[in-house]
Amino acid sequence: MAEQNTTGPDTESRIPTVIADELHIVYRVNGAKTGKGSATAALSRILKRGSDDAARGVRKVHAVRGVSFIAYRGEAIGLIGSNGSGKSTLLRAIAGLLPAEKGKVYTDGQPSLLGVNAALMNDLTGERNVILGGLAMGMSREQIRERYEEIVDFSGINEKGDFITLPMRTYSSGMAARLRFSIAAAKDHDVLMIDEALATGDRKFQKRSEARIRELRKEAGTVFLVSHNNKSIRDTCDRVLWLERGELRMDGPTDEVLKEYEKFTGK
Amino acid sequence: MSAPPSPDDGLSAANLAAKYGLAVSGARPGLVEYVRQLWGRRHFILAFSQAKLTAQYSQAKLGQLWQVATPLLNALVYFLIFGLILGADRGMSQEVYIPFLVTGVFVFTFTQSSVMAGVRAISGNLGLVRALHFPRASLPISFSLQQLQQLLFSMLVLFAVAVGFGSYPRLSWLLILPVLVLQFLFNTGLAMIMARAGAKTPDLAQLMPFVMRTWMYGSGVMFSIPIMLEGKPEWIADVLQWNPAAIYMDLMRFALIDGYGSENLPPHVWAVAGAWAVLVAIGGFVYFWKAEERYGRG
Repeated sequence: MAEQNTTGPDTESRIPTVIADELHIVYRVNGAKTGKGSATAALSRILKRGSDDAARGVRKVHAVRGVSFIAYRGEAIGLIGSNGSGKSTLLRAIAGLLPAEKGKVYTDGQPSLLGVNAALMNDLTGERNVILGGLAMGMSREQIRERYEEIVDFSGINEKGDFITLPMRTYSSGMAARLRFSIAAAKDHDVLMIDEALATGDRKFQKRSEARIRELRKEAGTVFLVSHNNKSIRDTCDRVLWLERGELRMDGPTDEVLKEYEKFTGK
Repeated sequence: MSAPPSPDDGLSAANLAAKYGLAVSGARPGLVEYVRQLWGRRHFILAFSQAKLTAQYSQAKLGQLWQVATPLLNALVYFLIFGLILGADRGMSQEVYIPFLVTGVFVFTFTQSSVMAGVRAISGNLGLVRALHFPRASLPISFSLQQLQQLLFSMLVLFAVAVGFGSYPRLSWLLILPVLVLQFLFNTGLAMIMARAGAKTPDLAQLMPFVMRTWMYGSGVMFSIPIMLEGKPEWIADVLQWNPAAIYMDLMRFALIDGYGSENLPPHVWAVAGAWAVLVAIGGFVYFWKAEERYGRG
């Protein structure tokens, strides 16, 4: 694992930033057992309360099953796997946003997911959303004021007129996505996690956001990237974790893992 | 894997984490640390509550005017039904009864909407909880704060109603402030309790409207408890009068309405109002904090 660790310090002083130890994540879904979702089914679920989950019709989805790995400072790690293999769930668990069923994740500082979508409100102006999103990510008012111009310029929202003072619901989907990315990328992070779907906006904006991600990587200690685009994994990552059905199938240098993965997916 | 031997080989994950000072991700901070983090997020809490408040009416043509128009219409409906049609005033003059009724409706609505927003504070914002890091108590507190700001708009209507029915501003109107503070504390505590309960059992959002309606009718929003329960065993009136919603309503009426004197208040009313506020605020906060690391599980 040492030879591909090009950006990191030499092996003697490799400092772990994220340790996952036999991590299990389980989702519980109410009322999905019979698929009928009828009132009687719901009633019997209540009456059976106190017995185990399965009897109550609460379905468990075991999304991550016993994943262990150690990430070091300076690494850029790609997460690959087919849809529903547990990549995004694993990211959320590392960020401490999803409680672990079993096992533990240890981290250095507070890992953050790149994304503020959930905090933004479509009925507010872009201007207020920049402030709200920044505060939601834990920036101070001063930090936001300093970076406000930068965020707006980066998003390019105002290139076609004064759109930043209009409610976000009036934006085209591309414009909204660009503003969201610009807000999310405005903060520096210790451990940064990027979930796919970065390919938003037009070609020009994509280039700009790729550059910004490279910058963020330099500032961040460790970067995790989820993507279905093998090329972008190859471009940015030096180590790859391959998840399949919630299990860690392979962990190693990008080229080795991607070769196996491409064989597996039949590309 | 041809990693050269490292002094860290053979260390268990826990020991390795300890050696480099890594902390368990998503662990619940101590109570003091939690309060400190929450204080650090005060700007977010305030901005979020204001944003929610603005977003509420942003699609309407009249826009923010609805902040005042909604409570005004509410007061009108209650006046029409209870004041004119049912005549529920029972021995109160019209000058007292109308402000009495409107105060009751507004003050109770403040608690009611805080509870309802509290139930959905976590379960209705799972996207936010699963995407970003912040002390989760920010959400219920922010929602109560939104209701407080909403109430301040309602207070404008209330002042107009009071003046319209002959209760002019006087010194006792200053008592409104401590009442609001105490009720806000009480509401926030209750919202946090409901937020934790609602995070575990989202069904509460369906159930709570009925509970709240029972509570409303039992708290004397549109009638005076002592007059209505005359002849019934005394303890029933006592229980109803000492319930927090009735206490805050009565105090607000006492502060605001000329003809509503202290003879309408139960004994030790300020002590009870303070006790409810402190007890529920602190209890609710600790109760909410105890499940901090579990919010966000689907």
